[in-house]
Amino acid sequence: MLFAIDVLDLARFQFAMTTVFHFFFVPFSIGMALVTAIMETLFVLKKDEMYKKMAKFWGKIFLLSFAVGVVTGIIQEFQFGMNWSDYSRFMGDIFGAPLAIEALLAFFLESTFIGLWMFTWDRFKPALHAVMIWLVWLGTTLSAIWILAANAFMQHPTGFAINSETGRVKLVDFMAVITNPQLWVEFPHVIFGAFTTAGFAVAGMAAWQLWKKRDAVFYTKSLRIGLWVGLVAVVAAMGMGDLQTRFIIKDQPMKFAATEGIYKDTGDPAAWSLVELIDTEDHTTKANIEVPYLLSILSYHKLHGSVKGMDTVNKELEAKYGKDKNYYVPVKTLFWSFRVMAGGGMLLALVAVLGLFFSRAKNNSLARKRWLLVTLGLTLWLPFLINTCGWLITELGRYPWTVYGLYTIADSISPTTTAGQLWFTNITYFLIFSLLGGVMIYYCRRVLFHGPDADLDTDYGVSADPFAKEAFVK
Amino acid sequence: MSGLQLLWFLLLAVLFIGFFFLEGFDFGVGMATRVLARDENERTQLVATIGPHWDGNEVWLITAGGAMFASYPLWYASLFSGFYILFFLVLVGLIVRGVSFEFAAHAETPRGRNIWRWALFVGSVVPPFLLGMIFTAIMQPLPIANDNGAYNVYATFGDQVNLLTVVGGVAVTLLCLMHGLNFIRLKTTGPLRDRARRLNAKLAWVLYAGEAVFAVLVFVFTDFFQKRPVSTSLIVILIVCAAVVMHVGALQNKELLSFIGSGLSLSLVVGLIFNGLFPRVLIGVDPANSLLIKNASASPLTLSIMTGVTCVLLPIALAYFIWAYVVFHKRIAPLNS
Ligand code: HDD
Ligand code: HEM
Ligand code: HEM
Repeated sequence: MLFAIDVLDLARFQFAMTTVFHFFFVPFSIGMALVTAIMETLFVLKKDEMYKKMAKFWGKIFLLSFAVGVVTGIIQEFQFGMNWSDYSRFMGDIFGAPLAIEALLAFFLESTFIGLWMFTWDRFKPALHAVMIWLVWLGTTLSAIWILAANAFMQHPTGFAINSETGRVKLVDFMAVITNPQLWVEFPHVIFGAFTTAGFAVAGMAAWQLWKKRDAVFYTKSLRIGLWVGLVAVVAAMGMGDLQTRFIIKDQPMKFAATEGIYKDTGDPAAWSLVELIDTEDHTTKANIEVPYLLSILSYHKLHGSVKGMDTVNKELEAKYGKDKNYYVPVKTLFWSFRVMAGGGMLLALVAVLGLFFSRAKNNSLARKRWLLVTLGLTLWLPFLINTCGWLITELGRYPWTVYGLYTIADSISPTTTAGQLWFTNITYFLIFSLLGGVMIYYCRRVLFHGPDADLDTDYGVSADPFAKEAFVK
Repeated sequence: MSGLQLLWFLLLAVLFIGFFFLEGFDFGVGMATRVLARDENERTQLVATIGPHWDGNEVWLITAGGAMFASYPLWYASLFSGFYILFFLVLVGLIVRGVSFEFAAHAETPRGRNIWRWALFVGSVVPPFLLGMIFTAIMQPLPIANDNGAYNVYATFGDQVNLLTVVGGVAVTLLCLMHGLNFIRLKTTGPLRDRARRLNAKLAWVLYAGEAVFAVLVFVFTDFFQKRPVSTSLIVILIVCAAVVMHVGALQNKELLSFIGSGLSLSLVVGLIFNGLFPRVLIGVDPANSLLIKNASASPLTLSIMTGVTCVLLPIALAYFIWAYVVFHKRIAPLNS
């Protein structure tokens, strides 16, 4: 029965849906701000008009992403109070501060300078104008730090005490909250993931235009910038991912064991399973394709060392937090998400290397390599999938906690919220998101269709430009 | 109640005033795209006045929300979960409004463009109306249950939709519209500028009537006049004075004066609410269940950190925020059709 779904599931669904949707645009915006800033800086340095055209052109796509990122972000901020009021009360002392600082430090910065950047192309000197986009980028990156500080606390609480009167979290050491080790493995991973996203998105869109045999010089240059950003970023993201892996082995062993699909403790040295069939009822795995030693190497960077299985971790957690909870996380989701993420990262790196190699200035044969153009066009979507998989691991792997070891998901929900309200809001959000996503993709395609030579000022609202010549009549 | 708690109560008032002052004219300009503008060219001229600023203005709401979460987590939690559907609809309004600017610029057909212009209009009417309802709803006693110190608000339909909240919603919407008209008078040249002035002068009479009704309803529905007779009466008088200032500015064609008048009106309405709430933040039908400043706030440490951070960051943010208005100080002329 549909209506048997309870309030908790509906609220969780809403959180998952809205954050995943927000996080399609977040990494895209963060990364596009960087790519656009790089292009504009090239224009300032090389004084080549093509780079200006490039920054303006890809900037349009950036602005589309930013618009949807902004409106979906507001939902996130209010959602904590609306759906998770008990959580907000419990966490308020710690959680609110990063959120408020994010607004004061980052959102003011990005929103103000994006307005300035959009409308001052012909008004500011090129170098000053480029500073505007760098400040926007800085804003997006700072915003990531602060929101992730809140998220890192939920994964690995630091700098707090439990208020004996109210049973809620109380801040005791703010520095400990912002020097949380979880934050400083999570933030670089997320931010490089964001650069990866935009790098491959630009490269993919450019490849698609090359496939259609349009403006070869312009799109090849764009593609190479995208791929360089993408390659550096994806390698860095994978390096940081390795740090994160080694952090969660100790910190959240259940999450780690689930990403590797291990129920029973492994032997020493531990073998790594590429794929396996997981039976969550019997706690067994079948049809493993194993690589000897690899899990020990991945986990400890050594040729030996065994890894604890979920059954063992479960016993430890029961001893620590009581037997009344279920500590098993959604194993299959974590296992496969991890493979998509890590495998996807390697695939991206490979594609980037190939793309860069075949488009090198000395011997550019990219336009003739149709298979590579198609591959590049398709990999455009991969980083979005990878990001989502990463968050699924992080957030589902924290089950049953919202704040690890302190507060459960079941306790977090608003007591006043009803299933009816949640059905209504879930359905409406879903419809709105489908519309926004669809329109956004459609307009991106139109931007590509019109190409970089489309007259920006007629195409892109003359009208909305306060410095258009007519605007100076007093 | 500690000094820090008081400070943050006041700072929240300041942030909400900032929001209504800035986003107020933004909303008003959005409404004017249908109320005042006669064709797409005029609409475009109007949108250009807020194009570079609307997102920054909206950040005041985000900051106010975040600051409320940080300084008064219990208030934030009870308020947002208690008025669930109203806040949800505010969000829907802000969503369609927020994307409309960018999407309209990309629309290639007049029809497509018109759809996003309507989104702007609807997204500019709905949020101020509903926020007006929410803010007037919390002036009245609410069914609050202690629930182990959670102070959940079990607001019924009647708590959210009643005579005071509807009048409150209309009043805030009207004020935003008039504030927007005054902003248009400051930022445009040509026919719109004069039409905005004349509409403003006419609406002033509606506003006077609305304010009179509102004052009576506040007397009937809330305990504000009983609890703080002097300050409440004073603020109500000031609100009327601000309306007169705006009206005079419209009649004598003093644009800045009108703008200050409408901005003050909105600010004073927020002031009225915070003043009447004090020292509570949510009023219980059973006064024992009122959520008070003294038990709704975050810990002293969080409050002092937030105070330090705000003292450093807010002035910096304000500096470039204002600079952006200076950069775009030119008036927008009508488009040649
Ligand atoms: C890693 C980065 C990151 C993450 C995990 C989140 N966001 Fe976000 N958010 C951003 C990075 C970001 C950004 C890059 O700064 C955005 C996205 C695109 C944009 O336009 O700004 C943004 C926009 C944005 C806005 C609108 C800002 C504006 O008007 O300029 C709000 C209110 C939030 N977010 C709030 C949240 C909350 C409460 C989150 C927790 C669930 C959250 N975001 C997750
Ligand atoms: C934008 C990136 C993020 C994505 C894609 C994401 C995704 C998810 C997902 C998939 C869930 C699981 C819902 C479920 O259990 O069914 C979840 C839960 C949750 N996440 Fe995140 N998350 C993100 C960022 C954050 C951040 C930054 C915070 C806090 C600062 C946060 C706080 C929560 C909370 C409170 C829940 C609800 C409790 C729960 O169901 O586990 N999330 N998120
Ligand atoms: C070999 C490559 C990779 C490894 C070993 C790896 C490892 C991890 C681990 C262990 C987590 C969970 C962290 C936690 O729960 O605290 C995670 C999360 C995540 N990953 Fe990866 N990752 C890799 C590649 C990538 C790539 C290429 C991207 C993006 C393009 C990416 C994006 C993310 C995101 C967005 C999250 C969620 C946020 C977070 O917790 O950091 N990952 N990754």
